Amino acid sequence: MPSTGYLVGSVAICSAVTWALRALPFLALARLRHSALLPYFARYMPIGVMISLVVFALRDAPVAHPRQVAPLAAAAAVTVALHLWRRNLLLSMFVGTAVNVILASLVFR
Amino acid sequence: MFATVIFAGSLEFVLVGLVTAAAPLSQIAVAAFLVNVRHIFYALTFPMHQVHGTRAKIYSSFTLTDEAYALTMSPEAKGWSRRRILAVQAPFQVMWITSATLGALAGGLIPSSVVGLNFASTAFFLVLAVEAHQAGRDVPGVLVAVGVALCARAAVGDAMLAVAMGAFAVFLLIRFTLTSPRSHA
Repeated sequence: MPSTGYLVGSVAICSAVTWALRALPFLALARLRHSALLPYFARYMPIGVMISLVVFALRDAPVAHPRQVAPLAAAAAVTVALHLWRRNLLLSMFVGTAVNVILASLVFR
Repeated sequence: MFATVIFAGSLEFVLVGLVTAAAPLSQIAVAAFLVNVRHIFYALTFPMHQVHGTRAKIYSSFTLTDEAYALTMSPEAKGWSRRRILAVQAPFQVMWITSATLGALAGGLIPSSVVGLNFASTAFFLVLAVEAHQAGRDVPGVLVAVGVALCARAAVGDAMLAVAMGAFAVFLLIRFTLTSPRSHA
């Protein structure tokens, strides 16, 4: 068991770094507010962020094993299709996850 | 405790691994930086100018999560007031902390034969990618984003988020300077 001081220190460091990364850019960017670059990034950056997060979330997918990838692919397709159709965030998430759980737990074991 | 003070999902998982391995504090600081450096890109577009007051700003920057960022990026969020933005962020914080606590307690109750629940986060980001695409309508951007994300995944593994988002931001910057009628550099 690590010492209490070490635990507190590690939490404090993570907390400080995380918050600094979230807060400091706002101070630096205050002057950039009125340039045309920000609206441009506001429009085109989110898709890059989201796709990075999707790939990150799937980074441990066993791409060499089709039987284990099949549930993920099916669930992803259902999630996207359902969202294009109903545009309901919770519904798309819930059904997509359910498809993955059912396929991964029962069908493609 | 981790969940309350740091409030950064992916980092908490990394931290648990590092602490149990008794990693030096310097390495923990580097990991914290790598995992969360993506927040710099969130700051580029988060509507902080609509959150007035120092205390509200401090709280807002502390709770600027992937999810809060994603929601405020939707087109309907353009005119959101301070109250509305904070009202989005606060439930995320409460939800994250309670579900982290509940999850720790209930996690043991889910039988090990049930797998794939972690797809929920993938589904969440997929849905937001669909939303982002419908707002931006930028097919070349989608292709570049998929490309840099896969390359970053192959090159740096778990540290891919900052690399992929950084590379995509550089791509946008270059395209912006090439296509804009006036030079903004």
